[in-house]
Amino acid sequence: MSTQASTIQSVAPQGTATRRIVMGLVFLGLAAAIWFLFANTTQADLVTTFTLNPGGSQFNFPNLGFTTLPVLHALASACALIGAFQLARGFGRSTNAVLGLVAALFIFAFLSWVASGTSLNLAGLLRATLIRAVPITLGALSGILCERAGVVNIAIEGMMLTSAMVAAIFGSLYGLWVGLLAGVLAGGLLAVVHAILSIKYKTDQIVSGTVINIFSIGITSFISAKFLASYRYLNNPGIFSDIQIPGLVDIPFLGPILFSHNIFFFGMVVFLVLLHFGLFFTRWGLRLRSVGEHPKAADTLGINVFRTRYMAVILGGMMAGFGGAYFTLGSVGRFDEVMTAGRGFIGLAAMIFGNWNPFGAFGAGLLFGFADMLAARLAILGVRVPSEFLLMAPYVATMIVLAGVVGRGQMPAADGQPYEKEGH
Amino acid sequence: MANQDNESKAPAQKKSAFGIFLQELGRGSVLVPILAIITGLFLGGLIVAVTTEAVYTTWSSSPLEAISRGVDAALRSYSALFNGSIGNPERIADALASGEGAALRRAFNPFLESLTKSVPYIFAGLAVALGFRAGLFNIGAEGQLFMGAICSVYVGFALTGLPAFIHLPLALGAGALGGALWGFIPGLLKAKTGGHEVINTIMMNYIAFRLSEYLLRGPLQRPDTTNPISPFIETTAQLPRFFDSPIRFHLGFFVALAAAYGVYWLLFKTRLGFELRTVGANPSAARYAGMNIVLVTVLAMSLSGALAGLAGANEVLGVNYTLAPAFSSGYGFDSIALALIGKSHPVGVVLAALLFGFLRNGALQMQIAANVPVDIISVMQALILAFIAAPAIIRTIYRLRAPAQQDDELRVRGWGG
Repeated sequence: MSTQASTIQSVAPQGTATRRIVMGLVFLGLAAAIWFLFANTTQADLVTTFTLNPGGSQFNFPNLGFTTLPVLHALASACALIGAFQLARGFGRSTNAVLGLVAALFIFAFLSWVASGTSLNLAGLLRATLIRAVPITLGALSGILCERAGVVNIAIEGMMLTSAMVAAIFGSLYGLWVGLLAGVLAGGLLAVVHAILSIKYKTDQIVSGTVINIFSIGITSFISAKFLASYRYLNNPGIFSDIQIPGLVDIPFLGPILFSHNIFFFGMVVFLVLLHFGLFFTRWGLRLRSVGEHPKAADTLGINVFRTRYMAVILGGMMAGFGGAYFTLGSVGRFDEVMTAGRGFIGLAAMIFGNWNPFGAFGAGLLFGFADMLAARLAILGVRVPSEFLLMAPYVATMIVLAGVVGRGQMPAADGQPYEKEGH
Repeated sequence: MANQDNESKAPAQKKSAFGIFLQELGRGSVLVPILAIITGLFLGGLIVAVTTEAVYTTWSSSPLEAISRGVDAALRSYSALFNGSIGNPERIADALASGEGAALRRAFNPFLESLTKSVPYIFAGLAVALGFRAGLFNIGAEGQLFMGAICSVYVGFALTGLPAFIHLPLALGAGALGGALWGFIPGLLKAKTGGHEVINTIMMNYIAFRLSEYLLRGPLQRPDTTNPISPFIETTAQLPRFFDSPIRFHLGFFVALAAAYGVYWLLFKTRLGFELRTVGANPSAARYAGMNIVLVTVLAMSLSGALAGLAGANEVLGVNYTLAPAFSSGYGFDSIALALIGKSHPVGVVLAALLFGFLRNGALQMQIAANVPVDIISVMQALILAFIAAPAIIRTIYRLRAPAQQDDELRVRGWGG
């Protein structure tokens, strides 16, 4: 989970004594959790086996097997040592990286405990995590585009939902690519509404987002009940098949995990890199960010605040549209009512968790996707933890981040504030 | 919320609740909300018309015929909406003429059922409105409602042998407490750390959903079933109904009206209410005046949560008598619309909640009689909300003059607080 470390590292570190002690206690708490929750409930002779073959590769890795209990004890001790050092001296600037390390140790301990006495396909787990991270990350990227320009977008969920339906209908009628395009445009269209309401009419941006969310749930359920239920051929688009990147897919272990996915995964990676580069290394990105941080200063320098915001919001809507199309064209192959099930809101959480940075958001998306994926598998593994608590984890984690326990995020300064040109 | 003007008129304490409401409405424009509702309803009909299948089958042969089919479908929907929400006039007349009990109950059931449906809307709308007055955007009414329902249903079935006059208030109180807790946490986070309540309440919503799923599959599950559903509550915890079946109209409606009066009294007649509105209108002024912003914020969010919790309590104690997962139908977002349409005033919220209750109830009949899915109501609600939130659209459509004063505005301070 090195991505998590980088996520939190980007948050401005605060060198206060309280924070040092809180973090030390958190580390010790995790050590105690490994000790009491996992090690205490594990029999001495059980063996954990991790399978390292995702399938579809000609290379066969040997399975990783070890006796569970000593490994759990070692992990707990490591966490406790780190916690003690943190309490006594503190890690200073690298505290957040250490937090990432401890979290990784804890997750490894958890997985070892889950798989004690049985085997767990680690490679399959990683692949599933990546796939689950796709819609969450795309939602977060959509939010980043809008909010870096100073427009709050809580309508990601609604945009995704509408786009999922539009993509399914057009995909069924005219083929997958037209469906994808239609989905992206549907997201863009709703973003136009959001932009006009919040930029032109200066409606509160949360209200405008709420309008779009209510409208999207209503119109998609309406059309689904009115048409899709009776005309089945309108809701049968099929899904994009996986693309194998030649050469790279043959890399042992990593190849099948990273390089055999459908268009949505690769699209996400491309958008991730493009957005990061665009935001932080181009004039376009500098202008966009300046509009979100200090619109008046940007205006003084001759940047058209309104046009920049319109562009950012519409691009953000198209990004959400791409993410929405994933549900129908990349995953399920048909539209179901309210099928996004709050993924847009998790995307919003990932954006905040990732500190309004594309790669931070991707890290958060991976973390949330991991929780999502694990919750789905816990029942199959016969684990004694209710999966609902795992599904709560992303929300609780976001609230903790927002509360500043792990370092305060740096949101764009003018986020949510409509711009009023003077002299009107 | 721009309440500053209201503050200057504070000496006019003698004004009735309705008087203050009219005065506030008049400051914007009475016309705009009404025109917004009419426009929203009209556009909903338009969507019904263009999604009528007959329009497409006849379009190629005779466009005129197709248009008339579409208009016909829209009119049929409106009439079904009316019959389903208020009642069929002919049937009411017949029932009154015959004077037979069962016929009367059937004839008046739609109207009373609409009132019943509006109960959770009143509570949830009041919850969001109270938050707005304190400058807080409580988008978590849905989660608070769930927590209220969970707590109420638990007290409702777990305590036995109590007389109704103790059990029912206890169950209602538990609901309020559950909701209050779910409002308290984001309130405290907002006041102490500046964590934005919009994000935190969204997160709390999903935590509440997961928690209820867990509880309904575990501790709160009905013993004799594998379905995720709670046991039925004791009869002593039920909100009494006033008429025989099929009428479900229950005491909760009057509890809701009392709550609306309570919120009005709190906001406009007490010191806490004054502080709450001051913090909402201008936090720096409130701080300068020596008000305890932390306390006011936490109290406002807790009270807001308690009201939303009562919405959930009323659904389980008055209508369902049990708790199933996902029993709530989007009250969380709807309540934001209610508070905005009602201009965050208790009287306005009650009127808006009645409108939503009648629409929701009528929509069921519309689905049966005119084959229009109930979800069209959400579309209409979204449109009405959009027009209320951006009055300039309505003014442009109807060529109204802009008011001398600025519209009531709602501004969210940035995420970081």
